[in-house]
Amino acid sequence: MRPEPWRVKRVHKDTRDTFSLELEPENGDPFSFLPGQFNMLYLFGTGEVPISISGDPGQTDAILHTVRRVGVVTDAMGQLRKGHSLGLRGPYGEPWPLDQAENKDIVIVAGGIGLAPLRPALLSIVANRDKYQNIVLLYGARTPDDILYRKDLEKLSAQLDIQVFVTVDRGTANWRGSIGVVPNMIRRAPFDAQNAVAMICGPEIMIHYATKELHRRGLPDEKIFVSMERNMKCGIGLCGHCQFGPYFVCRDGPVFPYSRVEKLLQVREA
Amino acid sequence: MRQLRDLLLTHPIFHDFPEKYIEAINECAWEQEFLADQYLFWTGQEAKFLYIIRDGTVSLQAYTPEKGPVAIEKLGNGDIIGWSWLFPPYKWHLDAKAESPCHALVLDGRCILGKCADDHELGYELMKRFNCIMLDRLAATRMRLIDVYAKGHLTGSNYDFI
Repeated sequence: MRPEPWRVKRVHKDTRDTFSLELEPENGDPFSFLPGQFNMLYLFGTGEVPISISGDPGQTDAILHTVRRVGVVTDAMGQLRKGHSLGLRGPYGEPWPLDQAENKDIVIVAGGIGLAPLRPALLSIVANRDKYQNIVLLYGARTPDDILYRKDLEKLSAQLDIQVFVTVDRGTANWRGSIGVVPNMIRRAPFDAQNAVAMICGPEIMIHYATKELHRRGLPDEKIFVSMERNMKCGIGLCGHCQFGPYFVCRDGPVFPYSRVEKLLQVREA
Repeated sequence: MRQLRDLLLTHPIFHDFPEKYIEAINECAWEQEFLADQYLFWTGQEAKFLYIIRDGTVSLQAYTPEKGPVAIEKLGNGDIIGWSWLFPPYKWHLDAKAESPCHALVLDGRCILGKCADDHELGYELMKRFNCIMLDRLAATRMRLIDVYAKGHLTGSNYDFI
């Protein structure tokens, strides 16, 4: 539970309200994690927030977190510069089921900053490309200016063995790409539903419609995995802040098989 | 070369469609090519046709005095465009422009409506299928209205309540 001191190695502005922090441990110890896991980042004197790890799982001397400014702590994190310190504990949570996806098609569906927790999975897939069949990434953002990791996406698009489809809710005058919602792209996505695994991260309403489209294509619940988001505090299933029915999102998730959370997603929170 | 009838049958909207009705639809259909930047229809024009895109991208645009034409949705392979021939005042509400060279199956709305008037069973089959597509389009529009990725919504990577 004790945060270790980490130092900011680099800050990268991704979009108007999103930035990535590359961190290195002050003690120099190597750090490993699995795609989909998160850390608790503690900004001394301000507060602690759970942030998914968005970097390369193959890199052990530094890690990347992509943060969106949504409140006091993340706003303050946006002020961090190279050399500043913060506390880190983790990694926590259940990862994306990359082992279950071996020899199968993988459909990655991401919306908004939901691409961040999926990025390590994508990097791992690219590094072990021959373990998988067709790879399809479907990504939706609010506007072209809100597209995360644009360079990564361009690089992946240029790669002939990964298919990347990006859409935006609102186009701009010079946007020549797709305009529409992510779930609609599932209909035409080139994958074999009889032999595929889907990984989804984004707003819950997007998850709802994306799973509906995946079902239409014939993908069963147990082949669909979603990353859930709740107010996490302790990160280890003790405090109960992130309780989601019988589960704690921090400990039992954030990645769940859809079959486990389908009913819970329909329960309204008080 | 594939017959028009076969092309119709490959579209999901005609999946399990009774054989005799495919023949009826076939009589109202043809293939058409559109050049990049060519308009399929303009706002205010009489709405006559339904377009099933087989290849290419079509952008639906609304004209605004401040910004000129604004693309509000882009549709591609397999998508269907054009419902306004079904309802009064039978005018297009948007512009549709081919973003790239486009190949479409075109259905003559008046011809289809005539056949539906002659055989209500055909009309019922078609409307059921059209309604599914319109419902999907409505759901997508509502999803965009919610602005799910806007600041303040839960978005997957962080949660900051402090």
